[in-house]
Amino acid sequence: MSRRSPEPLVWLLFSGGGMAAALLVPVLLVLFGLAFPLGWLPAPDHAHLLALVGHPITKLVLFGLCALALFHWAHRFRYTLYDGLKLKQASTLIIVVCYGAALAGSAGAAAVLLMA
Amino acid sequence: MSAYRQPVSAFWWLRQWSYLLFVLRELSSVFVAWFVVYLLLLVAAVGDGARAYEDFLAWSGHGWVLVLNLVATAFVLLHAVTWFALAPRAIVVPRVPPWAVLVAHYAAWALLSAGVAWVVLR
Amino acid sequence: MIKMEVTRFRPGEDDAPIVQSYEVPLRKEWAVLDGLNYIKDQLDGTLSYRWSCRMGICGSCGMTVNGKPQLSCATFLTDYAPGPVRVEPLRNFPVIRDLVVDISDFMTKLPKVKPWLIHDGEVPEDEFLQTPREMDEYKKYSMCINCMLCYSACPVYALEPEFLGPAAIALGQRYNLDSRDDGALERRDVLASAAGAWACTFVGECSTACPKGVDPAGAIQRYKLTAAVSALKDFLLPRGARR
Repeated sequence: MSRRSPEPLVWLLFSGGGMAAALLVPVLLVLFGLAFPLGWLPAPDHAHLLALVGHPITKLVLFGLCALALFHWAHRFRYTLYDGLKLKQASTLIIVVCYGAALAGSAGAAAVLLMA
Repeated sequence: MSAYRQPVSAFWWLRQWSYLLFVLRELSSVFVAWFVVYLLLLVAAVGDGARAYEDFLAWSGHGWVLVLNLVATAFVLLHAVTWFALAPRAIVVPRVPPWAVLVAHYAAWALLSAGVAWVVLR
Repeated sequence: MIKMEVTRFRPGEDDAPIVQSYEVPLRKEWAVLDGLNYIKDQLDGTLSYRWSCRMGICGSCGMTVNGKPQLSCATFLTDYAPGPVRVEPLRNFPVIRDLVVDISDFMTKLPKVKPWLIHDGEVPEDEFLQTPREMDEYKKYSMCINCMLCYSACPVYALEPEFLGPAAIALGQRYNLDSRDDGALERRDVLASAAGAWACTFVGECSTACPKGVDPAGAIQRYKLTAAVSALKDFLLPRGARR
């Protein structure tokens, strides 16, 4: 059971995502979600952001952040559904939906980042 | 003679503050996922050109988007603070006291936040 | 005087527990357990509950006091003045009678983590030497008195009775971290199973409830990290290089 169990892998993705999200999401969300729209800070001009997003290192970092954060969500949300709503009986469905969404989201993130 | 099985309510997490805080902490992940969506919309808009970027900026100023992002910021901060608070109990480094592990996390947070802000605002 | 509201359950007679109130003297040196002993001796001899040492080491007098899992010998009546004090059996366990719960589930799980020293090499003739630093590695986890307060505080155990639970996993870790022990691999199948450490969602209430400062929640997360890293090594390294 334990040797073939995928739990260690999904837990590592959850943890990596939790760490990445804790370190990087607050600053990005405060800047782009609050500070620029509310005018606390002038929004950066398009050329600067385009150059930034076009850089391979930015693409790599943002892809890592998106994929890990999505797997972090999938894992936590799965257990929240188990415990918070007593849905352990539907565990197969929950697993497929949560991790499936994270996989699809990661693929979507890769596509968006490659095209930008 | 049968023992009495104590029932567990589906609303067990409302019974005490610490359980509620736990459930809120877990729900922060939903807002982390929202952030990923928001970030990808921004990146896509930037890639689509100056016009699409202007549209994104206007959209991000809409009332409901602002409220959503305000709530998301609160949850993401809850995530960061609880995550760092629990980290020293999972990450045990030989000969390094737990408070040093905690301080290291906050230092990394400050450093990375400043770095990201500098790169974006430069 | 202070009012104690005690949960009663008589098997075979009651379908569900009822609450019975008693007035007991409020004395500053009296613990909740002293109040129960007063009821048993002076007011109602039919009340059933477990206790033994009265000094927080036997682990038998765990109860739910005003909603929180507590050792009734270490919880003082004056802290609940003017009352009433609500005394219920430990949550998450079947109630046998009044405040007495059935902990046989834990007793079946405990030996599965092999909570004893497993030593591969030769055992030294005299003492098994250990430095103070080596002892500090596991000492905290060895303080467990099996009082079941952590199981009572754990929502995961409440919802998922197969969960190995805080004390059992922490005790497995106590031996894994002992410099004299080589049994980590033998314990892995149980500790790192789906019903083992992975079922824990780090609510952390077990550590809050623990009267001996064991920090089972910390022990479990630490174990997850170790188990995940070793699983990753298994996955990445060729069979020959594994250790």
